[in-house]
Amino acid sequence: MTGPPLIEVEDLRIDLDDGTRRVAAAEGISFRIDRGETFGLVGESGCGKSITALALIGLLRQPLSIGGGVIRFEGQEIQHLSAARQRELRGNRIAMIFQEPMTALNPVSPVGRQIAEMFVLHKGKSWREANQLAVEALASVRVPAPERRVKDYPHQLSGGMRQRVMIAIALACGPDLLIADEPTTALDVTVQAEIIELMRNLCAERGTAILMISHDLGLVANVCRRVAVMYAGRIVEERGSADIFRAPSHPYTQGLVASLPRLGSRAALGRTRLKEIAGVVPAITNFPDGCRFNPRCAQATDICRVVAPPTDSLEAGGFVRCYHHA
Amino acid sequence: MKLRANLVIGGALFVLAIFVGLLAPWLAHTDPVMDANLMNAEEPPSWTWWFGTDGQGRDIYSRVLYGARVSLTVGIVSQLINSVIGVGLGLSAGYWGGWWDDVVNALTNLMLAIPSLIFALAIMAVLGPGLTSLLIALGLTNWSFTCRIARASALSLKSQGYVQAATVLGYGDLRIMITQLLPNMLGPIIVIGTLGMGSAVLSEAALSFLGLGVRPPYPSWGSMLSEARDQITTAPWLSVFPGLAIFLTVLGLNLLGDGLRDILDPQSRSRRT
Repeated sequence: MTGPPLIEVEDLRIDLDDGTRRVAAAEGISFRIDRGETFGLVGESGCGKSITALALIGLLRQPLSIGGGVIRFEGQEIQHLSAARQRELRGNRIAMIFQEPMTALNPVSPVGRQIAEMFVLHKGKSWREANQLAVEALASVRVPAPERRVKDYPHQLSGGMRQRVMIAIALACGPDLLIADEPTTALDVTVQAEIIELMRNLCAERGTAILMISHDLGLVANVCRRVAVMYAGRIVEERGSADIFRAPSHPYTQGLVASLPRLGSRAALGRTRLKEIAGVVPAITNFPDGCRFNPRCAQATDICRVVAPPTDSLEAGGFVRCYHHA
Repeated sequence: MKLRANLVIGGALFVLAIFVGLLAPWLAHTDPVMDANLMNAEEPPSWTWWFGTDGQGRDIYSRVLYGARVSLTVGIVSQLINSVIGVGLGLSAGYWGGWWDDVVNALTNLMLAIPSLIFALAIMAVLGPGLTSLLIALGLTNWSFTCRIARASALSLKSQGYVQAATVLGYGDLRIMITQLLPNMLGPIIVIGTLGMGSAVLSEAALSFLGLGVRPPYPSWGSMLSEARDQITTAPWLSVFPGLAIFLTVLGLNLLGDGLRDILDPQSRSRRT
């Protein structure tokens, strides 16, 4: 790939200001996504993955703010752009779909109008043209009878259909990056598979890069070429998605992979307890010194409790933040 | 679809009132102002004088018809002004928050603290009597409830997924307010609006009764009541018919407001089709 990467995040820090003091909700976040690439951000609730996505589109609101670092979109720094310039990027170049297709659509507006609004807003089309394009957009996400469906209100559609509409809205203006924040968590497993397939195909056709955020390691590894695992506000490991399953490097990732239920394991091994990671995630105001995983880590030594490990490049590509990585 | 009784009755009364006001010149038997004839003074209701006549021999029926024009104009226009002010302030205050919210809140509290009729009286005293001053006085004094409702709706709506989604999709503030927030709060706003129209009709009557509304000899329901006050025992039809007109119009508007609330819910809209 020539030229700068599509999006490049360098040493991003996100502050949480609770009125009396500032704590870093996420820090040292660095990653890059090339054009048309698929990148996954995995972690449990509260690890900072969603606020990282919000930072990318300039929508951090009090009490959260960017505390440092650089975000470049096509080589240009965007974290200090004016509100108006950021708005031009949002929806047009960088789009986002959400976890809850039930609430992400305006209940009093027909879905066709909501899709058409994107063309009017970002492409300066007339409403007549935009309505035509909306039917096409709805057809492209494989909604049957799109010319009738455009007149439907969101509550007349099923969850899967609504998420298709959301994808149609997000991809309407042909964005370069689609941020998908837990796009299928609220859906049935079968519908989930269809939606993921649809999203992946459409983005591949159009060369849209995907930043997928999820707590579901399996899902992310299935969709994304590269995966970053976040823990307590830091990226602990970033790898090709095949590698991460085959040979997880960070103890936390190892724990995650080990805790996945395996089909047929009961037949082979008998009735066993699912593996779990001992301990709980530290509170954001009370992160431990050194490596933040050290209180829960079986391999932790003295240095882990004092100095945060630096990033260590791996031969197979990617990096890990651990003194004792495999 | 099952027609709702309140909507039908309320709508019918309101439409009837508008109809009567518009067609007054054709429906009236006599000119409400010019056709005074002391020979016919204080006739009780009869086949000739449906609603009777007043002390100057003017036909009450015709005056009630023409009075609808004033009452409805005041009711509709002043409530429109109130709605626009209330929604504009409340919606922006709820959505933006911050110092603007504080300012609007203070203003709303101020308006709520002053009895609106007294405030309207004060404005009328400055502007002088007349239809235009009535519209201005009533239009500027009754927006606080609409404002409160709009602000509360905006506060709860702005955390809705679709409003945040719209932000993410690059909508500007104004576009979000108009396309995302406003349509979703329209139901309560319209209900409050029709109820407010009813109370504006009453306020018009009150101000005209006090002699600050439409100037005699032009008829309005309130001024007719005011003039009829002294004869209420000797010629009760003078006050009964304009009073009945006010009562039916306000009742109709209130029923209409209730009925509209049911229809304006998008969920029930689809159940109908």
